Amino acid sequence: MNELIDHALDVAEQAGASYADIRISERETESLTVKNGALEAASSNLSTGFGVRVLVDGAWGFAGSAVMTPREIERVTAEAVEIARASGLAGGEPVRLDDTPPQVARYATPVEEDPFGVSVDEKLRILFEADAAMAAVKGIAVREGTVEAARERKTFASSEGARIEQELAEAGAGIEATAVGESEQQVRSWPNSAGGQHVTGGFEAVRRMELPANAQRIAEEAVALLTAEDCPSEVTTLVIDSSQMALQVHESCGHPIELDRVLGMEASFAGTSFLTLDKLGQLQYGSPLVNIDADATAPGGLGTFGFDDEGVPAQNVPIVSGGQFVGYLTSRETAPVIGRRSMGSSRASGWNVIPLIRMTNVNLRPGDAGTLDELIADTDDGLLMSTNRSWSIDDRRLNFQFGTQAGWRIRKGQLAEMVKNPTYTGITPEFWGSCDAICSPSEWRLWGVPNCGKGEPMQTHRVGHGAAPARFRNVQVGVGRW
Amino acid sequence: MVASHVDRRAAPEEVVDLALRMARGEAEALYLARDAALTRFAGSRIHQNVSEHDATLRLRVMDGGRTGVASTNRLDDQGLAEVVARAQEICRRSAPNPDMPPLADADAGCGESELGYVPATAEAQPDRRAEGARAVIAAAHAGNLVASGAFSTEASTIAIANSNGLRSQHATTQAKLLTVMTGEDRASGYAQAISTDIASIDAAAVGEEAADKALRSVGASDLEPGAYDVVLEEYAVQTILEYLSYAGFSALAVEEGRSFMELGRKLMGENVSIWDDGNDPSGLPSATDFEGVAKHRVDLVTDGVATGLVHDSATARRASIGSTGHALPAPNTFGPLAWNLFMAPGSSSKDAMLSSIDRGLWVTRFHYVNIVHPRKAVLTGMTKDGTFLIEHGRIVRPVRNLRFTEEIPAAFSRIEAIGSETKMVGAEYSGINARVPALRIGRFAFTGATAAESGE
Repeated sequence: MNELIDHALDVAEQAGASYADIRISERETESLTVKNGALEAASSNLSTGFGVRVLVDGAWGFAGSAVMTPREIERVTAEAVEIARASGLAGGEPVRLDDTPPQVARYATPVEEDPFGVSVDEKLRILFEADAAMAAVKGIAVREGTVEAARERKTFASSEGARIEQELAEAGAGIEATAVGESEQQVRSWPNSAGGQHVTGGFEAVRRMELPANAQRIAEEAVALLTAEDCPSEVTTLVIDSSQMALQVHESCGHPIELDRVLGMEASFAGTSFLTLDKLGQLQYGSPLVNIDADATAPGGLGTFGFDDEGVPAQNVPIVSGGQFVGYLTSRETAPVIGRRSMGSSRASGWNVIPLIRMTNVNLRPGDAGTLDELIADTDDGLLMSTNRSWSIDDRRLNFQFGTQAGWRIRKGQLAEMVKNPTYTGITPEFWGSCDAICSPSEWRLWGVPNCGKGEPMQTHRVGHGAAPARFRNVQVGVGRW
Repeated sequence: MVASHVDRRAAPEEVVDLALRMARGEAEALYLARDAALTRFAGSRIHQNVSEHDATLRLRVMDGGRTGVASTNRLDDQGLAEVVARAQEICRRSAPNPDMPPLADADAGCGESELGYVPATAEAQPDRRAEGARAVIAAAHAGNLVASGAFSTEASTIAIANSNGLRSQHATTQAKLLTVMTGEDRASGYAQAISTDIASIDAAAVGEEAADKALRSVGASDLEPGAYDVVLEEYAVQTILEYLSYAGFSALAVEEGRSFMELGRKLMGENVSIWDDGNDPSGLPSATDFEGVAKHRVDLVTDGVATGLVHDSATARRASIGSTGHALPAPNTFGPLAWNLFMAPGSSSKDAMLSSIDRGLWVTRFHYVNIVHPRKAVLTGMTKDGTFLIEHGRIVRPVRNLRFTEEIPAAFSRIEAIGSETKMVGAEYSGINARVPALRIGRFAFTGATAAESGE
């Protein structure tokens, strides 16, 4: 392995690269899905390969291959150099990297119970138990449950002398019950929608989800939603549960703080950002209660690692402090633009793609509003919304609209009837400015988002968001009639 | 046969045959290879330039109702032996599923196809893509604009073989160039070209289209949300069809009660016909699905009436019909998917649509669309890169982006004119591409706006 790495870096240097790095990665995943009482899918996937990234005359080139031979490494490195020379044809300012010191290190995700070591029988026992509990509820048309595990071993080396080995482990699981009525279909999920909850760590996280214990409740809620009243269309007080808060942070804070997006590098695909450079340290992003950080060191986060894919150590940096916008997610190429060193958020979803600025764990810090029950008791009139169903936000991350699976009216400090098809909409800084309560640390959860898309070719990556339930005033809910 | 340097070790048919021989019993081997390159530019310079070569074998083994699936991109003998062992081990430990459909019959395959394979696209070099990027950037410079975008080329091969004797193989290519141009005072314009043949990508024309749109959008100002008559350009129409496909063109979506489709029922206006056809060379062909079943044309909506659904082996078996060739890699819980969509043209020009509107909006494209209510096909999303107010039959000013929230079958019952020409449009996020005309729709629902004081 070391010989192959040295050979790639030598070839790159001899071909004229001023900088080169190579990532070698092996990612293994295993997935079991039980649907309607039967094992619908059981799969195991393995992908190995390497990618070489070079700077030639200040322009980037990248090539990757799954064939791990000296000859192929030579060919791919030469191709990366050729591509970099073609990049230079279009002109532009030369790329300069920050002065992050090269690291020689190892990192491994702490794991209590290896998810690949847990038997299929045990995983199926959990899924079938949950399935049976959902099946017992009359009116449920579709039941589904999934358990997943992933392990990635990767080596990073650069012409500057970095040499880092990491082994990252992930586990995830979730269940979903779908009720179907005359002209309605309603879904409830646990612990979260879009495949459930995902963490870095071991199978202990799946056990803590208690899928069977929550299965009947979510199934009953799905059925109850069929006959619930539609979410009212009004401006009201909105309490959002912690999993939906995670997606709120993701879309309206996590993406607009990506510095490559701010600098226009994503303009043709995902868009740009309203958090332009002049806003750094100047903009009141939210109310003084709002504190957000990007923490790649948070235990269990899906965006937790030892080093990013440029070899920068994992860090925890402030993004919003007392409501003021103070930080971006950066890479070695972009951090110098704001006079800083990379905070370590350059990540590639696989060996075959280049690292881009990606979220780590962008976390909303907890407040002091107590438990969710206490926050509801403190709310005279409004709505509680739970578990994401749909999301949409404009290309500068200002105008958003979310739908959730379930809603409840809050009347005189108590949860009242359910409402179906809840939606809410807002403008990012106005919305965060209206935040007047965030629950205490006991309600804070670190959620995994395993399906964050960015870049061309699109990279689907795994990121995390910690959040506690929070309350917002004067929010438009119940958007559109149908 | 198409020579790919993804896997120099063996041709696709040799890989799948060897895997099947190693697996011995009831099995299906799916080989996917991709040579892809992409040149990305932003701030009028190339900032990403990448190339990727990968090939994966996915093996499904079945035994007495039990199934195991394993995949690898290590295609040497040891890698194949290891993936066979893993698939068999998962199969052995799995619980039986009595409803699992059998593998496709030998005569369901498409044979060997190169429909939509253009050697010039497969062999395109980085300097060819850089040249295209430069042409777009030049158009931006001429208008004092900044260009961002991507020029990609790709050659891919899919080969499927199963123990029933089915053999399907399809090699195809794709070239895609897109750009967003921005400038002072909220100027923003978009253009895209996509084809199997790189020679038909006119980079200068793409640049000119986006620059023209950006320059006309300078100074976009507020507009109250509400119901407006609209002209939707082809880019916007493709996005709507893409999400209709997600929401409900699949037989499984109907089975599970999450689709708006109801066969035999009139859902849209009589002027609406939508179909899926993987064998139409004017699209981006796919001759086979991921189970190796040859793709059949499916008329989804005909004269406004729901007339067809796409099937995979599982849904087809339950419906006692043959698969239409729309399976995703099996087994999956999402079901079949329509990804070669077409919408029938009408007889109108875009100019005629414009002149027929007293007060309305011209929409270039939509951004970040999502499904609010799948059963009713309610979508939401933002306009982007060229939204204009129409008054008395002509465009009078650019407007800031608006949010729509609309029940699409109802909106497609209010289509008042359809473009006489169609354009092939590539999907932004998925592989659901579509050849579509522009549409003029009455009272399209815009539910939100981003006002100037919001910091846009």
